[in-house]
Amino acid sequence: MSDAASPPEAKSSPEPRSGSQAKPALTRRAFFKGAGVVAAGGVIGEAVSAANARAYGPATLEGTVEVELDINGAKQKVTLEPRTTLLNALRNHCNPPLTGTKLVCDRGSCGACTVHLDGRPVYSCMTLAVDTVGHKVKTIEGLSPRGELTVLQQKFCEHDGSQCGFCTPGFVMAITACLERNPAASLDEIQNACSGNLCRCGTQPQIFEAALAAGRALQAKGGK
Amino acid sequence: MKNFTYVMPTSLEQVVELLPGPRDLKTRDRVKVLAGGQDLLGELKEHLVEPEQVVNLKGVPGLADLRPQASGWQIGALVTLAALEENTSLRASHTMIAEAAGSVGSTQIRNQGTVGGNLCQRPRCWYYRHEQAVCIKKGGAECFAYGGLNKYNAILGGGPSYIVHPSDLAPALVAAGATALIRGKKGERTVELERFFTLPSEGAVTRENVLAPDEVLVRVDVPAMAGWKSTYVKFRERSSYDFALAAVAAALKLDGGKVTEARLVLGGVAPVPWRCEKAEKALVGRKLDAETCRVVGELALEGAEPLAHNAYKLPLAKGLIAKALTKLASA
Repeated sequence: MSDAASPPEAKSSPEPRSGSQAKPALTRRAFFKGAGVVAAGGVIGEAVSAANARAYGPATLEGTVEVELDINGAKQKVTLEPRTTLLNALRNHCNPPLTGTKLVCDRGSCGACTVHLDGRPVYSCMTLAVDTVGHKVKTIEGLSPRGELTVLQQKFCEHDGSQCGFCTPGFVMAITACLERNPAASLDEIQNACSGNLCRCGTQPQIFEAALAAGRALQAKGGK
Repeated sequence: MKNFTYVMPTSLEQVVELLPGPRDLKTRDRVKVLAGGQDLLGELKEHLVEPEQVVNLKGVPGLADLRPQASGWQIGALVTLAALEENTSLRASHTMIAEAAGSVGSTQIRNQGTVGGNLCQRPRCWYYRHEQAVCIKKGGAECFAYGGLNKYNAILGGGPSYIVHPSDLAPALVAAGATALIRGKKGERTVELERFFTLPSEGAVTRENVLAPDEVLVRVDVPAMAGWKSTYVKFRERSSYDFALAAVAAALKLDGGKVTEARLVLGGVAPVPWRCEKAEKALVGRKLDAETCRVVGELALEGAEPLAHNAYKLPLAKGLIAKALTKLASA
């Protein structure tokens, strides 16, 4: 990716985990983000609302723009370019950065970047951030606002549903959407729901067990 | 990805105003329309197109409408593949269309990918998709697949380009006798979907359909199919999700076990959805037994000219035809 407003990130190096909510002093990520914003600071356009379009011609976003995204239930103004993908916006333009959504293939093939758009799982790497204005985005960070594990995440732990763990957020988002629609989803339905997610460690059997167990637990709790 | 200006029109008039002129063939890719983005973003990331403007169609009201009519279905270009797949009445009346939609990509792709995008998506040939390979599809002199690695390329209708059309919906919609509603600067026109797709030998070799630079696909109209049974059978190398190595859309009307009308369209074998009219005619009046499957399979693949690495598609497509017909016989 050659997105000037956001620094390229090493694809293969998962970031070190910061333990709690504590604010890190100066991380590599924070440094690059700061540098990026300064570099892009010149032109800040304004989104024209669709309602005005008829009178003034269609809304046009050019150069570097500020848009309001709705992420995990909170509206957030972010500065980016029309070409910035939702994945890039989440990881590099949001404050704080939402790095639970992973960058792997960047071509809509692996599912590591799966988020919910209006409740449906989508590839955030194949979505323009500006195209999500007016829609609700939910990331892995938004599943449990207070940091506790969801039923599905607990079952992933109990059933050993991850090895290196890099694909896990994507799988969790894909299966969460499936179980939200139907907690009684069959193995077939669960497999179909995450057929667009790859796990190179080969933990699929445990992931399916975890998903089925979560479905049973959710049904026992009456859906959610 | 090169940066671009993002435009959000709210009417079709505005959309076509933004598009190049009908004869601006050389500069047509300066403006690209965005629907679900599942194909376009891949093209942008690989620098296959570097538009100055991306025109998002999602602000245009009505384009995502999926409407049942007495005369059939109106399917807006922005209807998602997931919406088609999940519509139970469409699945009952036009099974092959719902099955084809459900066989596209992954859940994530179907949630954003649209009917218009699926029909207008660019080829998946790895030479075409390679930024450095200036093949005939990208204005170069030759089709590298012809003498190269052509496992996934055409066995029918090839030359001078040997791409296969990647759409799953296209064979099913062509088998259903759908028409495409197109909007351009001069107004609307309708085209039979079968004529919407162009062979590289008859249309512009760098395109796959009849859309002029100033035109956009607006809607697909599918006639009612009362009394028909249909199915879409697809074979892919990876069972989780993949493009078709070969696929069959089959629709039949049966009376007392005998076929009275038939439609048979192949996917994954030719640069267009491949209608098998001879095989369709041969089906009429026959019972759906092993002999019929054999005869129909032979006729459907008549004239096939496999390349060095894709002769496997012949028995594969014949097998899929037999599978589809057998499925319909017992449906």
